[in-house]
Amino acid sequence: MTDPILKEPILKVRGLNKHFGGVVATENLDFEVEQGEIHAVIGPNGAGKTTFVAEISGMIKPDSGSIVFDGDEIGGLSAHARSQRGLARSFQITSIFKNFTVIENVAMSIQAHDGHSFRFWRRANADPTLIDPAQEILDRVGLGARAETMASNLAHGEQRQLEIAMALATGPKLLLLDEPTAGMGPEDSQNMVTFLKDIKGEYSMLLIEHDMDTVFALADRITVLVYGRAIATGTPSEIRGNDEVRAAYLGEEA
Amino acid sequence: MIDRAKVMSLLVGFLVLAVIPPITSELGEEFYMGLAARMMIFAIAAVSLDLLLGYGGMISFGHAAYLGTGSYAVAILSFYEITNGFLQFFVAIGASALIALIIGFICLRTKGIYFIMITLALTQMLYFLGISLEEYGGDDGINTDRSEFYGLLDLSDDTNLYYFILFFLVLCVWLSWRMINSRFGMVVRGSQSNDDRMQAIGFPTFRYKLAAFVIAGVICGVAGFLLANLTEFVTPEYMHWFRSGEIMIMVLVGGMGTLFGPVFGAIAYLLFEEVISTITEHWMIIFGPILVILVLFARQGVWSMLPGRERGDD
Repeated sequence: MTDPILKEPILKVRGLNKHFGGVVATENLDFEVEQGEIHAVIGPNGAGKTTFVAEISGMIKPDSGSIVFDGDEIGGLSAHARSQRGLARSFQITSIFKNFTVIENVAMSIQAHDGHSFRFWRRANADPTLIDPAQEILDRVGLGARAETMASNLAHGEQRQLEIAMALATGPKLLLLDEPTAGMGPEDSQNMVTFLKDIKGEYSMLLIEHDMDTVFALADRITVLVYGRAIATGTPSEIRGNDEVRAAYLGEEA
Repeated sequence: MIDRAKVMSLLVGFLVLAVIPPITSELGEEFYMGLAARMMIFAIAAVSLDLLLGYGGMISFGHAAYLGTGSYAVAILSFYEITNGFLQFFVAIGASALIALIIGFICLRTKGIYFIMITLALTQMLYFLGISLEEYGGDDGINTDRSEFYGLLDLSDDTNLYYFILFFLVLCVWLSWRMINSRFGMVVRGSQSNDDRMQAIGFPTFRYKLAAFVIAGVICGVAGFLLANLTEFVTPEYMHWFRSGEIMIMVLVGGMGTLFGPVFGAIAYLLFEEVISTITEHWMIIFGPILVILVLFARQGVWSMLPGRERGDD
């Protein structure tokens, strides 16, 4: 992380603010994700982590501030328009199409990025331009053998994998991962970390995470969020050594 | 996605519908041919509503709007002695599309109970508009002539009209089946399943749902066009909320989200009405509890009772 970074950051957030009534969710937040890095955001419950992801992905409109993605201001764009520009998110609470097969779930993401869908005649689930790349991604995340299973019949850990597969299938430039290991057992969790390590470098990632082991295993940089405010940003070792962070957050866990 | 036994049920169903005219005329019971024709028209309406209810997650309580629009297109043009069937057909489709576009554009900004209430309210507005149009009979309704297709098809013959309706039923079911399995159908079904996720992976879902709303409206408008031809009489009652409710019940009885089920639902509902209303005019008292039992114990209605398995059973 000492190398000078020549490229512009893939994501640059400046002066982001969001209040829900009297509650501050995001306060004057500056934040960046460099090309190819994993930038993690940690913080205690209610720190505004999920709100932050929702603001970047376009599901919640911030009160003020700028969000520059891949060189363009995207603050005024809808969620689907941001996805079309290469911003993909996964959800903390698994958000899949439960009454569709696993491969149909992933094919849906491929279809979203394959032109308009005002096509009324050909069967979508027999279309190789959707199914083949979907199968490739499933193989990659380790769900290849489960392609024809109904998504609702997957185990929790597998649903989390599917969640990631759907985000990857949009062909993103930046992945927003909202607690990818949420609710997973230690083994599944470890597999997810291994997988994310594996794709590290291919994608820039903004990682929201509760689990410290996961964060320290993956992140290049960490930002600590408390009551919507970034109290520190630095490398994992810097964060570990930061007194303010210890007091605000790590202290209660360690 | 659909198994063989179910396809057989469907084919048998269409086959039975196809042989009804010769049988009823042999028996001298033409009344039943009219009843079957009516069933098919409501089957078209019910299938189109199922596109919204069962595939789009859009609980429209105003589907009778398009039944009325389609039939008034015939009646009003006929009133001005324009009996050209092609013209009437395209006006019926165009007017239904326009009204569905307006209603859909407003309603699709809301969700849940609001969606239901606004579709209901806007359709009631059309109903009262129909009543206020004194020139076209107001609440007494208006007589109309059958559409003319100049040598191609003589609809004044009841049997011809019957097969004309059957043709549209088969066409509507077939096109709808293609549509729900197409890319377009995947988007609509996906947004029923999880709209936020659809937007997150990059679909502007509003425009697809609106398109589905308009398509369903147009198909039901065709049902209205056929209904005006069958009854040769059009009344604002076709747009009453009670009619919307009936179509919805047909979908529930037949099996929501099964596409073919509502065909059986419409047949079952009208058959039940016909049989029981000869015993008592309060036939709804008997039908009500049956509906409740059906909805509680057979979520996919009559369709799930037919032989064969549903998708996702395994």
